[in-house]
Amino acid sequence: MARKLLLEHAQVEGIHTYDVYRKNGGYKAVEKALKSMSPEDVVEEVKKSGLRGRGGAGFPTGMKWSFIAKPEGVPRHLLCNADESEPGTFKDRYLMEKIPHLLIEGMIVSSYALGCNSSYIYIRGEYMYVLQILERAIAEAYANGWLGKNIQGSGYDLDLHVSPGAGAYICGEETALIESLEGKRGNPRMKPPFPAVQGLWARPTVVNNVETIAAVVPIVNEGGDSYAAIGVGKSTGTKLISASGNINKPGVYEIELGVSVEEFIYSDQYCGGMKNGKRIKACVPGGSSVPILPHYLITKTAAGESRLMTYESLADGGFASGSMLGSGGFIVYDEDQCIVRNTWNFSRFYHHESCGQCSPCREGTGWMEKVLHRLEYGHGKMEDIDLLWDIQRQIEGNTICPLGDAAAWPVAAAIRHFREEFEWHVNEPKRCLETNYGLVKEKTFESVNA
Amino acid sequence: MSEATPKFKITIDGHTVEVDPGTTILNAARLLGGDSVPPAMCYYTSLKGSGGKCRTCLVEVSKGSEKDPRPMPKLVASCSTTVMDGMEIKNKSSQRVLDARSGVVEMLLINHPLDCPICDQAGECHLQDLAYEHGKSNTRYEFERRTFEKLDIGEYIKLHMTRCILCYRCVYTANQLTDKREHGVLKRGDAAEIGTFIENNLTNDFIGNVIDVCPVGALTDKTFRFRSRVWYTKPMDVHRDCPTCSGKAVAWMIGDEVARVTARKDQFGEVKEFICNDCRFHKKEKSDWTIEGPRHIDRTSVISANHYELEIPKHTPLLNKA
Ligand SMILES: Cc1cc2nc3c(=O)[nH]c(=O)nc-3n(C[C@H](O)[C@H](O)[C@H](O)COP(=O)(O)O)c2cc1C
Ligand code: SF4
Ligand code: SF4
Ligand code: FES
Repeated sequence: MARKLLLEHAQVEGIHTYDVYRKNGGYKAVEKALKSMSPEDVVEEVKKSGLRGRGGAGFPTGMKWSFIAKPEGVPRHLLCNADESEPGTFKDRYLMEKIPHLLIEGMIVSSYALGCNSSYIYIRGEYMYVLQILERAIAEAYANGWLGKNIQGSGYDLDLHVSPGAGAYICGEETALIESLEGKRGNPRMKPPFPAVQGLWARPTVVNNVETIAAVVPIVNEGGDSYAAIGVGKSTGTKLISASGNINKPGVYEIELGVSVEEFIYSDQYCGGMKNGKRIKACVPGGSSVPILPHYLITKTAAGESRLMTYESLADGGFASGSMLGSGGFIVYDEDQCIVRNTWNFSRFYHHESCGQCSPCREGTGWMEKVLHRLEYGHGKMEDIDLLWDIQRQIEGNTICPLGDAAAWPVAAAIRHFREEFEWHVNEPKRCLETNYGLVKEKTFESVNA
Repeated sequence: MSEATPKFKITIDGHTVEVDPGTTILNAARLLGGDSVPPAMCYYTSLKGSGGKCRTCLVEVSKGSEKDPRPMPKLVASCSTTVMDGMEIKNKSSQRVLDARSGVVEMLLINHPLDCPICDQAGECHLQDLAYEHGKSNTRYEFERRTFEKLDIGEYIKLHMTRCILCYRCVYTANQLTDKREHGVLKRGDAAEIGTFIENNLTNDFIGNVIDVCPVGALTDKTFRFRSRVWYTKPMDVHRDCPTCSGKAVAWMIGDEVARVTARKDQFGEVKEFICNDCRFHKKEKSDWTIEGPRHIDRTSVISANHYELEIPKHTPLLNKA
């Protein structure tokens, strides 16, 4: 049986309350860290664990922590990124909703390691009810002496605040998050300076994902080495995967990194196979930003090896034949799904969410959406496919923040692997429109084109 | 005496220059001048925080530094990347840069009206110049362009968002002139617009400078709008004794009449000394000013096409065709 480090107690009745959480071993990591470890010891354990950022980029957390500047007399801040807005990703919500105290405990231990005395959870505005769950839990933690002044008599002080966003995906980008938290328009900043040197209010700052911070709890409890023993190579520990699409059991799963993609999709422990016995057509394994994989590259790499749920294996083959683990938003498409429609839908999202600071992303995302819309609704031209390819290339790598890349990659991968389907849309506009999922009955070709 | 700080030696397209540590690639290139200089649509030396947005100034760093010679994987914004000792940069000698730049120009133009002949900025528009040099000769954009109503922001300034390229220069200007935030960006993505929030009037004594920093025809002088094409006016360096600003300006004359007053721009199109509203909007008599002599326009610009000595860019005029 796979080990669960984060969601082990998720199904325990009342685990969202302090008493139940405490009875199930909660706040032991805080006790251990504050009583018997120095902040450096905690950083050391996190380094040993091999934990990598769970927000998407997979940057080693211990290394990130060791970069934080420590100028004399300047406060430092830890910010928890709970903005979770990437289509296909919903794991942080599940964790916070079910076991809010796990995140709070992680925040305490991590803030201690970084030497922060006031830390923030920046939560997506649409998660207002989760914010209320967190606030209730934080109040309990204060009441029981886990937050505030002189925590458990250790001499360490920490205040924890929750701050909601106002409905912008871009505020999940760490520097936009900082701007937003400062009360400004959520435009990403130019780097350098990096947040580790000048972040919130120009103070040294670390931004980490909800799951990353929660994972620090088992790492402190059981030791970095024990965490690193799970997984394959540089993909250590467990990872939450948000599984959705045409599978039998959509939901949030905690996997040990290294399980095979095949097992993840088909075993009853996880997705439970394809719904209605359909064939698998494609898979986006890491949230809407990562390249889509065609059916023959999902469970096997181009080299014919079994594909694993790890950072490395999912990326095997680069963009030519691989993808990314990203934030773990695992979307499965069956044979009835239209790739052009899906690509248009994603591009609609990025167009809507671009902050508009830099010209390639501001203009290019809208342009791609319009061209994809035209293709999807039967007005496309053959040249549109090459035009799309050009537009995404003009965006990728040329923008301030990675949202530009995130908008470009799905379009590039869809054309790379499903060019025939785009061509089919041009050649057979009527048929493809009628075949498309969801359009069959409600809209006829004529009504859409009226 | 403190020791002179060591200079960093860098190379741009094969030309070498020594600059102080902390200098950006763009400013180093401006010391070299000529073809080494990347175009800059959003950076503005005197505006803190400006730059990084338009992406026209992208360059390739083919050698990071003497210590770490690895090339940078992505093109970088030259206006906001500082040099390292031994850095080697490619501007026009890099096909990647030229491709990316023409890509950026295409993006800047897809939602820009192609009606230069009726725009007040024609002839001194940086976007027009940029399009001449880097643009493609036809547009691949076949959708409706974004349009906005024209707005009066204050007594003297007209905002035509349709032409705005969201360089944020006017935002930084307004922010850095006053403590109040009364001019900023509303909305997001390609719906973003410059605004004064509930049609505020901009009233600061120096607010007229937003007109000069605007690289396109989005912010224009209501006391001048459409009185004449700029190339029919004669720019003269002028000055006056002004209690508010330096009083050093350019008077754009039609015969003996002062049609318009602006601040003085350098060869990179930047104002070094901002002027006050009084000089700009109220001093429209020749007798208000002491005339120093004709203004030399350095920029290779569409203005030079009419009565200046500089060479006219040879490319097909893209914008006039549309
Ligand atoms: C457009 C955009 C949106 C992002 N959204 C999120 C998000 O919702 N949650 C998150 O944890 N990271 C998000 N990230 C990544 C963050 O910038 C940052 O890398 C991450 O929070 C770092 O945490 P980690 O090291 O723990 O992964 C986003 C990045 C971009 C470019
Ligand atoms: S890439 Fe897009 S979202 Fe990121 S800063 Fe540029 S315009 Fe904003
Ligand atoms: S109005 Fe002009 S100066 Fe202001 S952002 Fe737009 S283009 Fe730039
Ligand atoms: S001038 Fe450098 S990005 Fe605009």
